Amino acid sequence: MAEFPNRKWTMVVDLDKCTGCNACVVACHAENNVPIQTEQESTRGRAMHWIRVERYWEGEYPNIKARFMPVMCQQCGRAPCEPVCPVYATNHSERENLNLQVYNRCVGTRYCQNNDPYKVRFFNFFDPEFAGTLKEQLNPDVTVRSAGVMEKCTFCVQRIRRGEEQALVENRPLRDGDVVPACVQACPSSALVFGDLNDPNAQATKLVRENQRKFRLLEELGTEPQVYYLKGGQSNVGG
Amino acid sequence: MSEAKPAGKRDRAVWRRPMPQDEDLAHQIEHEREQHLLLDPRYPLNIDQDVLDPMYRLTKRFWVMFVILFGLVAMAGTTWLVQMWWGLGITGLDRPVMWAIYIVDFVYFIGIGHAGTFISAALRVLKIEWRRPISRAAELVTVFGLITAAMFPLIHIGRPWKFYWLLPYPNERQIWPSYHSPLLWDMTAIMTYLSCSILFAWISIIPDLAMARDHTQGWRHTFYEMLAFGWRGTETEWANHETALNIFSYGIIPVMFSVHTIVSWDFAMALQPAWHSTIFGPYFVIGALFSGVGAVIIALALIRKFMHLDYFLRQEHFDGMAKFLLLLSLAWDYFYFNDVIVPWYGQDPVEKTILAILTGGTMAPLFYLMLFSNVLLPATLFLKRVRNSIPAVIVVAIFVNIGMYIERYLIIPVSLGQNWLPFDWGYYVLHLPETLITLGAFGFIFFAFLAVSRLFPLIPVWEVYEGQVLQGLRRIGRALVPTRSEPD
Repeated sequence: MAEFPNRKWTMVVDLDKCTGCNACVVACHAENNVPIQTEQESTRGRAMHWIRVERYWEGEYPNIKARFMPVMCQQCGRAPCEPVCPVYATNHSERENLNLQVYNRCVGTRYCQNNDPYKVRFFNFFDPEFAGTLKEQLNPDVTVRSAGVMEKCTFCVQRIRRGEEQALVENRPLRDGDVVPACVQACPSSALVFGDLNDPNAQATKLVRENQRKFRLLEELGTEPQVYYLKGGQSNVGG
Repeated sequence: MSEAKPAGKRDRAVWRRPMPQDEDLAHQIEHEREQHLLLDPRYPLNIDQDVLDPMYRLTKRFWVMFVILFGLVAMAGTTWLVQMWWGLGITGLDRPVMWAIYIVDFVYFIGIGHAGTFISAALRVLKIEWRRPISRAAELVTVFGLITAAMFPLIHIGRPWKFYWLLPYPNERQIWPSYHSPLLWDMTAIMTYLSCSILFAWISIIPDLAMARDHTQGWRHTFYEMLAFGWRGTETEWANHETALNIFSYGIIPVMFSVHTIVSWDFAMALQPAWHSTIFGPYFVIGALFSGVGAVIIALALIRKFMHLDYFLRQEHFDGMAKFLLLLSLAWDYFYFNDVIVPWYGQDPVEKTILAILTGGTMAPLFYLMLFSNVLLPATLFLKRVRNSIPAVIVVAIFVNIGMYIERYLIIPVSLGQNWLPFDWGYYVLHLPETLITLGAFGFIFFAFLAVSRLFPLIPVWEVYEGQVLQGLRRIGRALVPTRSEPD
């Protein structure tokens, strides 16, 4: 078996560029077979979006501003969701610095969601339903999760695999841009950038290294998240 | 009751020392006997019969209760099946409130399970004599409380049929459960406690089963014969019995402390604001004992009423339990005050919000009802008049249980609604399935007690008898002093 080099997959979210268009959410649903909840279920807080655009209002009407913040699994270096799982259904890939979720090992204690400060883990309250032709467009690379298990953003691990295998076949190292998660691909304003921090020339590495605006979400909790946000200025506002 | 039996009168000469001539003294002795079970001995056969007779009574009322309670349990079972079939979505759970009533029930019933050992083992270790007639009921509260509690993680998880993955069983893939998870510590502690409690209850019931065996025929005889394990009551057997009970008593107390501390760690180890608190360990232990002692009081009252055991369970027992309840109430007040004052002083925005929801928000009625039930009402037990009234003590015990249930509710789903990112805040609304299952769980406890009340002696006859033999009144000057002779 070929040796895969160590990776430090990371996502950079430029809040200045995010328009809150939700294209990433739609792309993620399509790529990862994330079940689409009914309106009724969603209002009860059971909407499942592996990536969501959080919208915060600033100021008082009429001088009101909206700030958008896409939040997905932060792929923490020291993830609080991992140790609490009694069956190792959620565990860590040291090589890729990814937080993995093994769906068919999950028994559904939901402890990981309680301990997750970002609330990016989703529980399948019912068996997923894909109405009509939606069933025909399910991604064959991704498991459809059954009722009673947790799921979450994987940084499109299936695309990471495909990219690495392709590079292996072509006998070359993985290039920056070979792996593009669905949300990054769909982002019209290129607010999302994905890359390997171990690669000094990757666009994501440069963004993280040089940027004064960078911060990580709830970093003070010591979770060592792998998603970097670039603070938004006045342009990160809408009406 | 059987005090009026002619047999009781006839035996009086044998089992009671003759009354002194001095009328004043005789009056005093009479009073002491009325007060204290252990100073009021009766002929052993009568005591046996008092305990055994109600076990044979299968009245209409019994069957009505049997059917109602069985119906509750069956309803809960059906609801669980429906929930397994459709998924947990039929409950009120949502994101972010992933743990709600099932975990509240779990913590509550484990709490109920605490008092049994504490009363039975700790009071045995401390050689507190009045605990003798109540230890059996207390132990049974533990056993049934724990069995009920142990069901709730199963009901709670998403795929209960995969529950065995939490057990460290050998398998071909060599995957073991993760002992990093508080849930695993939890399960280990509960299993230890449950098996210890069952063994403890069983060891202490053996002489009574032998007694029942010797008084019965037919299937009951066979049943008791099997369970009594050939107990004959020889000197060696009694000595071994005493040793075994002592080992269990001393051993089970640290286990008891560990169990609810570990249950509290399910919460305290998490990053959730209002959960992440170092005081949770002792605070939960006290809370568990508090509601558990309340539950034992309720169980004793029911047994006393429906099994006509007022010879055994007297005011002194309710008085003693009430004092215990009062002590625990004060301890609980102290811990709760700590648990609230620290976040309040810290002014962490999320914890501040949770506190605001409790004190002035949607949860205010529950919060103040909890304070009333856990702080104000038990404080009335300072009054001797309240402690001496059995109905008053029962009312306080019921309210303590309501209060402690609310306390767990406020800690679990209410706290979970608020977390680090305000965008994800939510709340929990109780739905029908979990209500039915909770009712069924309460039904199960009562059902188990009902069934057991017709199968096993609910009063440890041998303990009472032993106490009566050992205890006596000695006259020192004008005063009567209860004395206790040590067994060899």
